[in-house]
Amino acid sequence: MMDKPTILIIGAGFTGCALAYDLTLRGFSVTVVDRGEICSGTSGRTHGLLHSGSRYCVNDPEAAVECIEENTILRRIARQCIEFNNGLFLAISEEELAYKETFKAGAEKCGIPIRWMDKKDILSREPAINPQVLGGFEVPDGSFDPLRLALAFAGSARNRGAIFLPFHQVESIHIDGRSSVDFIILTDRHTGRSIEQHADMVINATGAWAGKIAEMAGVNVPVIPSPGVMVAFEKRMSNYVVNRLSLPGDGDIIIPQRRMSVIGTTSFEVNDADYIPVDQGMVKEMVDRAIEMIPAIARVKIRASYMSARPLIQTGTNARSLSRTFKVFDHETDHGLKGFITITGGKATTCRVMAEKTADLVCEKFAWRKTCQTKDFELDSYRTFYNRQA
Amino acid sequence: MTTTWKITLRILRQKQGETKTSWQDFSLDIDPDETVLDAVERVWAFQDRSLTFRHACHHSTCGACGMRVNNIEKLTCITPIRSVTHNNGMLRIEPLRNFPIVSDLVVDVSHFFQELEIMQAPAVSSNSTANLDYEEVFPDVAEKERLIDCIECGLCVSACPVALTDEAYVGPAALSGLHQALAANALSANLALADNHSGVWRCHSAFECSAVCPSNVEPGYRIMDLRKKLMRKNFHQWFGGKEAGK
Repeated sequence: MMDKPTILIIGAGFTGCALAYDLTLRGFSVTVVDRGEICSGTSGRTHGLLHSGSRYCVNDPEAAVECIEENTILRRIARQCIEFNNGLFLAISEEELAYKETFKAGAEKCGIPIRWMDKKDILSREPAINPQVLGGFEVPDGSFDPLRLALAFAGSARNRGAIFLPFHQVESIHIDGRSSVDFIILTDRHTGRSIEQHADMVINATGAWAGKIAEMAGVNVPVIPSPGVMVAFEKRMSNYVVNRLSLPGDGDIIIPQRRMSVIGTTSFEVNDADYIPVDQGMVKEMVDRAIEMIPAIARVKIRASYMSARPLIQTGTNARSLSRTFKVFDHETDHGLKGFITITGGKATTCRVMAEKTADLVCEKFAWRKTCQTKDFELDSYRTFYNRQA
Repeated sequence: MTTTWKITLRILRQKQGETKTSWQDFSLDIDPDETVLDAVERVWAFQDRSLTFRHACHHSTCGACGMRVNNIEKLTCITPIRSVTHNNGMLRIEPLRNFPIVSDLVVDVSHFFQELEIMQAPAVSSNSTANLDYEEVFPDVAEKERLIDCIECGLCVSACPVALTDEAYVGPAALSGLHQALAANALSANLALADNHSGVWRCHSAFECSAVCPSNVEPGYRIMDLRKKLMRKNFHQWFGGKEAGK
């Protein structure tokens, strides 16, 4: 038996935290570094929708199946940070009503349990919804607390031996003579000091920043940061997650969260995701779209508007594709660079399976015969992430 | 169309391991409808990459970005610049009080989270128990669940005058957590954790906690309500008889 391989994960968003947990359970020695704390990038600023897959059941069934499977698993392992009040897909226009059968067939094919509700039923449960509603489907959507979901994974990893180094910025990645990643240089942002960190394998889990980190290792990852706006209102207008019964578009989801309602989102592309100012035009568009679903929201004050940059993967590359929703780039087969993997794309709902697929590849590289166990246990309390290390 | 203000951010800096702190000024041109957190993030993005601060959700659900802004605890992601200064004005940004400082605006929250964990503060609850007990909850939504209001940001602890002078004080967040634990499950909540010298009886009723709470938790109310419940329970234990108000 060889010594525990050491794995260094760059990025402490959903993917990095879930991956740290998975690899730790499989017996690897794991360190996670991030230039911020936990979820300081895209993950923290996510909309907070636990997808049932319904959103994708017509145009992207593969992603839809992945979502409903993960939704079911997270219900079991991450109850502590999720509200399970289901979601509604509303038909407000005749056009949306005409989409009913297509949606129903899609959901059934993907194994998503749905139920048709008539206008009266919907309005009796959710009196704030547009009274012009013609009907809608009830689906098993939920909403989650972004930071706590990541902390639950991170805490569970840390409690089993993973080391987290928040506020450590990657400065450079060094390759040895056999074209294998040797070590990385980090700056400890708490002290300003420089640190050299060795690892048998480095995993780039930096989402929208994956291209920049890969560049440091001299390889290309075709990721474009693709931000969208979210607008949080001061009042909770529904208990269900509210969606439109149509193909995915801009501003068609309102997510209840604590005493707020959060609407999103839009999509455009930027080169640098470090600071993305909020576009007031998009905020206005979101408010208008929210009013179409819940008219009374027009009188509710905006509490916050914010931008979050998704990692959009450019298609047409020879990357190893595991699904349309996320990609694991094996830089050894793609570029001849050993000891370096990139995982990016995907969504919060599927972070656990993203970690599973990445960890499978890591196991393959080290001929390490351990299978994924992250489905099996409830995660530790998110608060334990902050336990002082013994 | 958008207005631009010129403001100065005066940030309290301290690197880990250093004992001395120093103020550093950053000058910014900024839309006053942006938030204090936006301003701090702009300083990091465009002026000084060594600045450390905690933040995640940017819409008041995660509780990570609490800071002291002009001496008052604020959840900076929902604090518009317009609400705390004026054009050509200055903002003094400091880390939360009553927590050990790690570096710059980052504080060590480990003890704080441990206390909440000991209290078994629930994270998700039904509407009937998540709301304050004087708030109306309609029967048809009473059993729908939601994340409870406390976002565990620590503003109440930072603002509390008793926490400032007495390290042993359990503090408003943890006592509120116990109050919520009691609402969620009366049998498993451990009231003894509050019924002591460092618990609810240590509070001076300054209500600073409720004043700075960004999330409707009302820690002050909850502490007073715990006192009421404890009095009732203790009177019953001391003198017997039917427990009033049950």
